[in-house]
Amino acid sequence: MSNATATTHDDHADHHPTGIKRWLTTTNHKDIGTLYLVFSLLMFFLGGGMAMIIRAELYAPGVQVVDPGFFNSMTTMHALIMVFGAVMPAFVGLANWMVPLMIGAPDMALPRLNNWSFWILPMGFSLLVITLFLPGGAPAAGWTMYPPLVMQGGNNFPFMIFAVHLLGISSVLGAINIIVTIMNMRAPGMTLLKMPLFVWTWLITAYLLILAMPVLAGAVTMLLTDKFFGTTFFAAAGGGDPRMFQHIFWFFGHPEVYIMILPAFGIVSQIIPTFARKPLFGYDSMVYATASIAFLSFIVWAHHMFTVGMPLAGQLFFMFSTMLIAVPTGVKVFNWVATMWKGAMTFETPMLFALAFVFLFTIGGFSGLMLAIAPADLQYHDTYFVVAHFHYVLVPGAVFAIMAAVYYWLPKWTGHMYNEKLGKLHFWLSAIFVNVTFFPQHFVGLAGMPRRIPDYSTQFADFNMVSSIGAFIFGASQLLFVYIIYSCAKGGQKATDQVWEGAEGLEWTVPSPAPHHTFDTPPLVK
Amino acid sequence: MARKLSAAIVALLGTAWGPAALAAWDLNMPPGVTDISQEIYGLHMLIFVVCVVIAVVVFGAMIYSIFAHRKSLGVTPATFSHSTKAEIIWTVIPILILVGMAVPAAETMVRLEDSRNSDMTIKVTGFQWKWRYDYIDEGFGFFSTLDKSSNEARQLGSGIDPNSIENYLLEVDNPLVVPVDAKVRMLLTAADVIHAWWVPELGGKKDAVPGFVNEMWFQPNEPGIYRGQCAELCGRDHGFMPIVVHVLPQDEYDEWLAGKTAGLKVEPAVMTSEVAVAAAPAAVTAPAPAPIAVPTEWSMDVAMAEGEPLYNTHCGACHQPNGQGMPPAFPAIAGGAIATGDIGEHIDIGINGRPGTAMAGFGAMLSDDELAAIITYQRNAWGNETGDLVEPATIAAAR
Repeated sequence: MSNATATTHDDHADHHPTGIKRWLTTTNHKDIGTLYLVFSLLMFFLGGGMAMIIRAELYAPGVQVVDPGFFNSMTTMHALIMVFGAVMPAFVGLANWMVPLMIGAPDMALPRLNNWSFWILPMGFSLLVITLFLPGGAPAAGWTMYPPLVMQGGNNFPFMIFAVHLLGISSVLGAINIIVTIMNMRAPGMTLLKMPLFVWTWLITAYLLILAMPVLAGAVTMLLTDKFFGTTFFAAAGGGDPRMFQHIFWFFGHPEVYIMILPAFGIVSQIIPTFARKPLFGYDSMVYATASIAFLSFIVWAHHMFTVGMPLAGQLFFMFSTMLIAVPTGVKVFNWVATMWKGAMTFETPMLFALAFVFLFTIGGFSGLMLAIAPADLQYHDTYFVVAHFHYVLVPGAVFAIMAAVYYWLPKWTGHMYNEKLGKLHFWLSAIFVNVTFFPQHFVGLAGMPRRIPDYSTQFADFNMVSSIGAFIFGASQLLFVYIIYSCAKGGQKATDQVWEGAEGLEWTVPSPAPHHTFDTPPLVK
Repeated sequence: MARKLSAAIVALLGTAWGPAALAAWDLNMPPGVTDISQEIYGLHMLIFVVCVVIAVVVFGAMIYSIFAHRKSLGVTPATFSHSTKAEIIWTVIPILILVGMAVPAAETMVRLEDSRNSDMTIKVTGFQWKWRYDYIDEGFGFFSTLDKSSNEARQLGSGIDPNSIENYLLEVDNPLVVPVDAKVRMLLTAADVIHAWWVPELGGKKDAVPGFVNEMWFQPNEPGIYRGQCAELCGRDHGFMPIVVHVLPQDEYDEWLAGKTAGLKVEPAVMTSEVAVAAAPAAVTAPAPAPIAVPTEWSMDVAMAEGEPLYNTHCGACHQPNGQGMPPAFPAIAGGAIATGDIGEHIDIGINGRPGTAMAGFGAMLSDDELAAIITYQRNAWGNETGDLVEPATIAAAR
């Protein structure tokens, strides 16, 4: 399906401003993609630093490092920053860079909007992070912002609400841009069912964003009016119900979970065929499975709320619908395994991360299936078992997929090969210590340790210490990632246009590094 | 079906993993001491075993493939890219497994939600950060807060080794006491924010939501002491409001109950100042003594003596035993503008709290005497030398 007539009008590259102004005013999808990715890396370390504080406090029983109130701020901010600042912008950055290259488009459909949707992000996060320095400190009611607790937030409360609004606007604008680009700017001959899986998963993710983010905006706006304008949406005294917030929040929140994992599915579906030198198994069923997961994500939200006091019928409905998600998710995992089967695999860093993704995401899927069993969830709910579950799907899930994507496409972005030895070292350190960090959390959770506590009873001490040590080494290993990216950007072995022996797709037909403007003349896809 | 299944699994694994549950390296969910908790444990182990079997198959195929299908062995990659048969098989088999799981899970859920024919009812109220238990049928109740030695050790930089404290963070001053084999129905609510009541060995948890009443029940099969914690983030001291349930044989329970009901009933809103001064704190912490016939004189000494322990219990977590608070969220009372300023405002905040902040209203929680004692203490301790003696009648008038 590729076409070798890629255009390389390098001469256009010189028409943009330089220095800081280039980055502030850029409308180029590659520049904006880079901005998103760099911003995301920055947030990854900020949120990661907070995780280190959390694990330092939990290293041993007793309160040694921070005040319990500040501890709650750390868990809250860690989650908000990682979800909205690290994982989501990283995927948007990858989409910005790769979607036009993969569908043979010269740029995103709405370049000015693209610039705006990025630059809203640093503004939003400034609002959020500045609360750390306000009297009363940063938000501490959890990233789920449940009332009435969140109402006790004091000064940080309106900052958090407006930050969430800004992040939501940024996401929705980005999503609109991606949908319009994919729908209108595909190269001639690229029908929907010829699109690379990464493009497909992002198309579906973009629809999820447009459907889910405004719901979150509505929920936090109701919080705002409850606090400042006398409404009582979530206060029983005025006829409201705090649990209504939870329903609205999770109606956003569960699709949000898939917003953070569907693009990862797409990335892994690009990488495994490349390094297995064999076409993706069950392309059509991959697309249908993605669409099914997206649909199901809107009818399972209350499985986050089995303990709030729902009617029996409600509990059963949400249990059954949640269990159903295992079917399309299983199809995906089986398809990846079948893609590897009888291939001719090599194990460069992107492939290692992709394989670790399949293993470890599946473990997160298993604990997800366990959590779906409503009676058992009454024991698991709000314990470290849940913490272990969602970190398995988010860290060796979403984050490993992002890292796999960075290693996979970095030679295309920079024109240089990264240091493979260091890449593999980064992989093994990450893969081993992510498990040292999060696997023991299953045990303490089952044994009865609630989540979001700064101190715990002494019977949880040993596993917590193991988990903290794992976290420190995992955290430190990520500095290696920064160094590898930096040195790859600076220089290194020249990358070929195709980069990987088994790589297929339009992005590999343009030179490495990809020139500022690509596909001025659309390629023809057969 | 779920019952038999879980009984078999409990018998099988309970013996193997039971002793390990006491060790420091706790690995698994405790099977618990109620029929429901053991059914849940059975479901948990069943779904766990299903996951392990699937994992062995899927990961086994992956690992085999990683070793056998690698380029370095000189293999030529196959070119197949779909197989309708395989895809149907791996769609249908998971569906069958899920149906097999859903049936026993739904059966347990139905039993779990059936709270009819209970033997007793206890109202549970979550506060920031303590629990209150009201024995509705018997007409008394009490607060349950973190044990004093745990509370001292858990302060930032206390220097006290948690290992030196028995049941660190899992001990309270007044445990919930219930008789064995009784079906205990709990009505859960909260005074301020959402909390969740959870004792793993009694099976499952339920949220305590302000303004609403949730229902749960448990029927313990064995006497013993069972410990749990609040399971819903409820603010700064969420980690420090444990739950302890003493399940007693019926005769011991009857004895405990007689001790409770023979004394004064702790019903703050109707308590009169004549009898409550000495009795109120006593009733909260121990089986109450016989009613005091002679009214105690309300004096500065009495108020200060009563005020200190009450302050430490109800206010100390935020405003600190030394009155320094933790500004700006929890302002200092020592030298504070309110505690040294207008007494009316001080009393108003004590009764009604400060909406929109963590400061709860204690009007519904404490008696006139208790509030009078606490406010007197706040206005005269740590160098706050206002000399104000707050009368219980002043509190009553301000309500």
